Amino acid sequence: MAGIVIDGISKAFGNTVALAALDLAVADREFVALLGPSGCGKTTLLRIIAGLETATTGRVLIGGRDVTNLPPRARGLAMVFQNYAVFPHLRVCDNIAFGLKMARAERTRIDRQVARTAELLQLAPYLDRYPAQLSGGQRQRVAVARALAVEPALLLMDEPLSNLDALLRLDMRAELKDVLREAGTTTIYVTHDQTEAMALADRIAVLHGGRIEQIGSPSAIYHSPATRFVGSFVGSPPMNFLRADAGRLMGIRPEDIDLVDAGAGLPFRVSVVEPLGAQTLLTGTTDGQVVRVALPGEHVIAAGATLFLRPRPDRIRWMDAATGNALAQAAG
Amino acid sequence: MTTRRGIYLLGVVVLCAWVLVPIWLIAANALGGQALIAAWPKPLVPTQMSLDTLRVFLAIEGVGRALWISFEVAVLCMVFSVALGLPAGYALARYSFRGANVFRVMILLTRAFPVGILALPLTVGFIRLGLYDTALGVALMHTALALPFAVLVSASLFQAIPRELEEAAWVFGCTRLSAAWRVVLPLAAPGVVATAIFAFVISWNEVFAASVLSARNRTLTAYLLAVLADSPLTYQFAGGLLLIVPSVGFIFLVRRHLFAMWGIASR
Repeated sequence: MAGIVIDGISKAFGNTVALAALDLAVADREFVALLGPSGCGKTTLLRIIAGLETATTGRVLIGGRDVTNLPPRARGLAMVFQNYAVFPHLRVCDNIAFGLKMARAERTRIDRQVARTAELLQLAPYLDRYPAQLSGGQRQRVAVARALAVEPALLLMDEPLSNLDALLRLDMRAELKDVLREAGTTTIYVTHDQTEAMALADRIAVLHGGRIEQIGSPSAIYHSPATRFVGSFVGSPPMNFLRADAGRLMGIRPEDIDLVDAGAGLPFRVSVVEPLGAQTLLTGTTDGQVVRVALPGEHVIAAGATLFLRPRPDRIRWMDAATGNALAQAAG
Repeated sequence: MTTRRGIYLLGVVVLCAWVLVPIWLIAANALGGQALIAAWPKPLVPTQMSLDTLRVFLAIEGVGRALWISFEVAVLCMVFSVALGLPAGYALARYSFRGANVFRVMILLTRAFPVGILALPLTVGFIRLGLYDTALGVALMHTALALPFAVLVSASLFQAIPRELEEAAWVFGCTRLSAAWRVVLPLAAPGVVATAIFAFVISWNEVFAASVLSARNRTLTAYLLAVLADSPLTYQFAGGLLLIVPSVGFIFLVRRHLFAMWGIASR
């Protein structure tokens, strides 16, 4: 178990800057998600922490120890790869035991750890199988078991659920949260899926263009985005940004908008209605700007209708239209 | 559809005949005795099959020894090709370095260079180095011929092994070398065996360089060329059959993996 410090890590591929002098501190036993669109540098950062990529500048400290110049094997970490990277020529039990065997652990410890992690990830019946005889979800479990078996100081996960189909992904997500909570390992988790990050992480670091745009609890990221990018990347549908006075943007979540009586709010012309069951999603225009509204429950609204909206004042997030940064939140 | 299928089947038949008819002719002439060689048309299955010719052939002075030298040279060539070809193939597959593509083409170009032009300087050079007329000398020459295939086949083998597997091995405690040994090599093993056998076959079949670079210690091919030129036809056929059988057998064993050479994924 150990805390991580990323100290001024930057990475350039030729003239392309992948990471720009990035700082990040992860506490012991904390689960931090690196969230961002593809190409934002999140995977590069993870690979630098793992030692699979070398940083152009900066240091990585794991448990207070500078590991910047150490090879991956000497960093005391484990990793779950996007394509699982389960060794196809080894049986499940040998895959799980691989790290411990390489570390020349005692036979009894290896056996105990294999049994324990196999139990934890429901792999006990498959220990003698080869990966080719397993389903995608089971292979994913083997990859997680292999990582947990070495009892790493730090667990790195690179989009571990992205190759699973949607239903299985939901199951595995809950399962993973349960397993990792039990293991209590410091975890850095890379994903482009904001619901995954929200569901799993203690804190989320939103990356964009090689920088951390914002780092905070899922709730802070969701409700108080620090930049326009965070507001539009996190949440589905994303935050609305409406032009207001004095070069300001009004940021408001689709579900933080109420319908009011005619004439009492902003006129809103509905163009699309999407009944999703738990909520009804409206897309339309207000004052020539596109707005999306999420109403709880089911509503019968015809496309083309005109409604009146009122954003909840306490949920409005004011942004600087020029810089995209959040402004000091004065009353709107 | 039926015409396409017909053309396809015709192609299969022609290709099979292309390979099988000469083999059948050699086998029939080697096993069928003196009478069959003169006979035309030849019976599909020789009436009097006998191994007498083969037995007499094997008893000819020097054939056994040449067979042994052929084996020695082929094994050496196989070892060298694998030992040099695997690291080169790994480098091509895993690293992007300046001149990688030029290197690839140069490897192939060594095969375009006619051995005939090289023959004299090579002989002189080998005599100076003391390699002339030795199994090692011929094996080195054969390695030069087999190496391009070894490099390119193993490059495509390693390319087919996901890099993530190696990275996982590094993360879980392997050095670069032990990751190659524990993860990459086991996965590439069938292909490596195929590469080795292919190098063996190239050496086994090669006759020109082997004839030029040796005088008394000849491989079977060179020996047959030199000694059996004036022997009765039936013995020449027996020698041919003896040469063909191992290579056909080996190629048959590794046939699937040779597709890797053309970049077709094989399992």
